[in-house]
Parts: sequence; structure tokens; C-alpha cells
Amino acid sequence: MVNFKPTDEQELIRESMAGFAREVLRPAAREADEKNAVPETVVQRGWELGLVQSPIPEALGGYGDARSAVTSALLLEELAYGDLALTLHLLAPRLLTIPLLVAGTEEQRRRWLPRFAGAAFTVGTAAFVEPRWDFDATALATRAERQRGGYVLTGGKCLVPLAARAEAILVYAAAPDGLAAFVVEPGTPGLTVGERERNMGIKALDTFTLTLEGVRVPAAARLGGEGVNLQPLVDASRIAVAALAVGVARAAFDYARDYAKERRAFGVAIAQKQAVAFKLADMAIEIDSMRLLTWEAAWKLDSGQPATREAVLVKQYASQSALNITDNAVQVLGGHGYIREHPVELWLRNARGFATFDGLAIV
Amino acid sequence: MIDFELSEAIQTQRQMVHAVAEQAMRPIAREYDEREHEKPWDFLNMMWQVSSGHPVSEGAGKKPKQERPERNLAMCVSIEELSWGDAGLYLSIPNTGLGGAAVAAAGTPEQKERFLSRFSGGKPKWAAMAITEPGCGSDSSAIQTTAQRDGDHWVINGTKIFCTSGLMAAEKSEGFVVVWATLDRSAGRAGIKAFVVEAGTPGMYVTKVENKLGIRASDTATLVFEDCRVPLDNILGSPEVPKTSEGFKGVMATFDATRPIVAASAIGVGRAALDLVKDTLKEHGIEIRYGLSPHKLTVLERDVMEMEAQLEAARLLTWRAAWMMDNGLRNNLEASMAKAKAGLVVTQITQKAVEILGPLGYSRQLLLEKWMRDAKINVIFEGTQQINQLIVARRILGYSSKELS
Repeated sequence: MVNFKPTDEQELIRESMAGFAREVLRPAAREADEKNAVPETVVQRGWELGLVQSPIPEALGGYGDARSAVTSALLLEELAYGDLALTLHLLAPRLLTIPLLVAGTEEQRRRWLPRFAGAAFTVGTAAFVEPRWDFDATALATRAERQRGGYVLTGGKCLVPLAARAEAILVYAAAPDGLAAFVVEPGTPGLTVGERERNMGIKALDTFTLTLEGVRVPAAARLGGEGVNLQPLVDASRIAVAALAVGVARAAFDYARDYAKERRAFGVAIAQKQAVAFKLADMAIEIDSMRLLTWEAAWKLDSGQPATREAVLVKQYASQSALNITDNAVQVLGGHGYIREHPVELWLRNARGFATFDGLAIV
Repeated sequence: MIDFELSEAIQTQRQMVHAVAEQAMRPIAREYDEREHEKPWDFLNMMWQVSSGHPVSEGAGKKPKQERPERNLAMCVSIEELSWGDAGLYLSIPNTGLGGAAVAAAGTPEQKERFLSRFSGGKPKWAAMAITEPGCGSDSSAIQTTAQRDGDHWVINGTKIFCTSGLMAAEKSEGFVVVWATLDRSAGRAGIKAFVVEAGTPGMYVTKVENKLGIRASDTATLVFEDCRVPLDNILGSPEVPKTSEGFKGVMATFDATRPIVAASAIGVGRAALDLVKDTLKEHGIEIRYGLSPHKLTVLERDVMEMEAQLEAARLLTWRAAWMMDNGLRNNLEASMAKAKAGLVVTQITQKAVEILGPLGYSRQLLLEKWMRDAKINVIFEGTQQINQLIVARRILGYSSKELS
């Protein structure tokens, strides 16, 4: 039965994330962007939210909460409303833990998950995107060849969050039988973590390139073992990008709306001019459109139905809409929007990345 | 809990309505587009006969609301199907329509019984709403049609245009027209009231039926009122002219109920066009490759994917607005959002679809060019695109109509 109301529990989670975004993330966002660094206090307070620990089973030290893509979509929107780069940092360990929960073997879960259920932020991550202009999630250039009971990984990755400090990196590669992922430990011969990247946006987030030159991993390192279908993870990543895009777009919209009501021109608030008011109206409609499409795709994933089509459509839709909305927000502020004293230029830079942010978050 | 699965009852109803759309509407869609002022009586009679179990006639209030917890959502789903069949024919179906919606929203229990009970038997009937005038459209507070009290009657004078189903409601059935008129021009919005004028009332004349770009199966009439007398208790709401414009807001609230329905109809037209494009591509061995790198997708694939996402966004906004009504939540903002999104999206989708199918799309051999013409009405009636943007803007900015006009 069609229902647009989150559960009471989801509302509580949403409110606590909104509070954290307002009180911790937003105030730290500008400085973090300027300094290209995430403050430790934010990391520790973020860890205390339990984003990583919550879906890990109690037997493995976590909270044992049921994983829900819809709930994740709700909380990702709220966190991204605070700041995208800080959010991606806090969520990075989930790039390893969620795939382990969804597709990992019992042995893999037992081996890795307990160390992500401790009292301090523990770094895990995943390597999905490749440094090519025509990166194709359906045809990864990184190869996994079978060799002597294990696999050999060869290729290059980029946009790998926190790779230099990771306990383990989930490396996605094209195996002979399709898309596969491997838990690769730092120090494995052939694996090189490159220089910290310098990107247009999400500047506070440490991201790295990876080079894999004949990296040997045992068969047991393959996520879920041979033949596991990883498409739901790819879908979950696309839906996460969409949810984050909603948050960034809403941040920009709220700021532009408030500014437009304050700023006066020709004797009235500029929001009283239809040219500005209609722009804001269209932004509001698009934000709700993005959100509902995100919820629908997440719901589909949760109900176990194939969600690839929905995930692809919503990621494309939301990344384009977020770009339009943040661009319009800069435009509503005019010259002030271009100045780094206001956050809208930061949101525009961050939003431009959504089209590229495959595999940077997961619901 | 967030859920997008239609209930079984709605799914079953959707299948039934879809069959009607496919078997009874599609085959005659072209004919009644070409024969603009003729009526498909076989179809209209059939729809009237089956309407006892049909969602579009439920404004008659035969079933109490609590028995139909998803009434508005069900209506939106059905209307999407009917408009997938044909939007012009859908609009011409005999029912309580906009006039009935006004009575249902603002009428007393006695008025509802008196005006709406007729929609459950006898011959086909229509009810229409007459707001727009030659000198005012979007600014409905500026209407010039007057109603003056004379003993136990109201006397109505003025001219109304663009009245959907006006001909059927005023002259061709035992229906009625809800006419907006002012009791006091100097009172502005506060003076505007709605009056029920029964079909055939002396002094009400249909003087013109418009020739239109699309939705040609539905008549759009000019109604002239010359000393047209209606009983005192045909006024919807209080006859007092209040100091504030609260009364006017009440009348405008009718649109919160009808905008999701218009949006649903728009979506049906858009889906028809999109289905045709996808079917045509499929026939030619072209599958949309979801998930492929954007760099490898064809322009065609990107266009289709964009159309699909836009249409789904419009549908979800529409369902949300309907769901809110079903749950007793005020949906003024969301209804306007749905209408604005759906109207725009469907206008664009149908135009893109014609482009994609090239000379086939442009040809009257297919219904596609007709759907494009039909789609355009959705950014015009029930509040133009700009009026819906204005409503959304006022709501999100917290502005009154004075602060943002």
C-alpha cells in the first residue's frame, strides 16, 4: 500500500542526523574545505552516531540493526545537507562493511566486521572508479585473473577515500565470470597507494589513486566467493549518490531562499520578483522529485526487486538536478554567490561531482 | 512506512480501467479528434452505465469516505489509465467533474444530496465549472460576472469562457454548471461566490463551442448569463461577504483536490507517448542499456531514460499529493508541485517523442501527434504553469498573494 511517511524510528534517526549536520558538520564545512582536511573531532563525533556499527550483527560487536536502503537514504540526505565531504569521510568504512554484510561469506564477515565495531573510527574503504574519462561501471578496466587458486589484480583506481589509512580496501574488478570485488590488505605486493588527489570539490575528503600491478590475493578474499551477484551493491551505490545529491541541493535551496527574502532590490525583497521566486519554486519541485525517486529506488532495493533501472535513472536525474539547483543558488546570490564567504559556491563544486561519484557511498 | 506498492484493490481496478482505455478509447481516439464537435455516444453511454463501480463518479458520495481510504490515489491511478487511452475522451466522460468537486468541497449535506445524487442513474449527466471570463483567466479574483439578490433568487449576469464540458452540462444533459460570480465587485476576492445553475435554466446560453489544438473530444464552451435566476440556496457556502478573503480561499481549495487528478491525466498522455517510443525502438531491436557508461549510450537511449525518469518523478509527486488528501493532510503546495511538474514534463515528453519518431511522429497515421497536442492543455487549464509556480513560490517563501503577485 502506497505510503510516503517514514516510520517513527526513521524519523528519529533523521532528526538526530539533522541535528548532527546542523551542529557539527555545517559549522566545520568551510574550514575543512579550505584546509583540505577533516577535523578529528568531527570524525570521532561522527563515529559515535553509529553509522558504521549499526548494521553489524551483535555477535560481531555491532548494534544488529536491520539494514535498510530507505533508512540510509533518509540519513544520507540529512548528513549531506550538513556537508558532503565530511559525510563521505564518516561513511567511508561502510564501503567495506555494507558489501560484507550484503554479500560477504561468513568467514569474511567474522574476519573483518568486528574491527569496525569498536570505540574509535576505523578506516575501511572501496576502490571502484577508474581514472579514465569514459569510466564504465559495467566494464571495469581493472582485471582479476584466476591464477593458482587465487586471483591476480591489475589496473588503476581513483577517488578511493581514505585509502592511505585503510585496514582493508574492497577493490572492484572484472573477473572472468563478471563483476567481482576483493578485500585487499594494505602492504600487499603490487598495490600502490598514490598521491592524495586534488579535486574541484569534496576537498576535505582524502581521496587517492591506486595502482594494482599483479596484486595476488587468495580466493578467500573474493567478496562472497565465486559467482556472487554484486549488481545490488552497484545499485545501492547509485542510490546513495542520489540521496546525497538531495541533501546538497536542499542545502543550496534553503540558503538561496533565505537570502532572497533578505536581499532587497528595487524596493522589495528579490524573492518578491517572479524571476527569482519561480526559480526557487522550480528548485523546490526538483528537490522533491529527486527525493521521491530516491526513496522509490531504495524501497525497491529493500524489497529485493531488481532496482538497476531505477538506480541508474535516479542517479542520473539527481546528479543533474543537484547541479542545476546549486547553480541556480549561486545565481540567486549573484556576485555574492561567487564569493567564498557564502557556502553556495562550495555546494556547486560538490554537486558537479555526483555524476562521477560512483561507489563513493552506499545505502 | 515508505512504500510504493499499489494495494491489490488499486491494481485490480487499474487493470480493469486499462482494458477500457485500450479497447474502448484507443480505437475511436482518432475519429473524435477529427470530428471535433461530435460526441462518441456509444462510449459515453457505456461509461455512464459502468460508472456505478467507477472511480470517476465517486464524487457523487454514494460511499462514505472511510470505506475508501485510498480514494484519491485510486482516482489518480485510474485517470492515468484513461488518459493513456485518450485524454480528450477521458475529459468528455459524463460525471460530476469540476462542478461536482466544488459542490463536494463547499456544499452543505443538503446541497450534495440535491445536486450529486443524480449522477447515479438515468441518462448521462455532466457538471461543469465556469470561472474564466473574456477579461480574466489566471487572476480569478478579477471576475466581473455578478450575482445580485432579488427576493428568493440570485440573478446572475456575465460571460464565461473556456468552460470544460460546458455544453454537455448546460444544455445536453440534466446536469449543472457551478458559476463563479461576485456579490460585490468592490470587495475583491471576498465577494466571489460559487452558484449552482441547473441545466436549462432560463437566461443561461451556450453561445460558442471552441475549436482547439487538442482534447477535441471534450467540449469547451462559452456561457452567457442574462438575468439568469437561481434559487437562493444554490449558493455554495455563506452568502455573507466577509472582511477577509477566507471564503475565496475555500473555493480555491477545490483545486487542491483536482490538481493531482489533472496531473494524473497528464501523466497518462505522457506514458502513452513514451510507451509508443519504447515499443517502436524495441521492434527495431533497440534496447535501452541501463547502467552503461553515459559515454557509450546513444542520444536516443539518453533521451528515453530522461523521459522515463521525468515521468516517474511527476507520477510520484502526484501520488504523494493524492496520498496526502487520503490521509487528511493539507496538500496545497504538493498538489501545485505535482501539477506544475506533470504539465511541464508531459508537454516536453510528447514533443520529444514526436521528434524521435520523425516523419512517423508527425503523421496523423499515429496518435502520437495528437497526444502532443492533447498534452499541451496540461500547462494551461486548472492553473497555468505560471500560476502553479506562483502558488509553490508563495508557499515555500511564506508570502501572501500581496507580497508575491
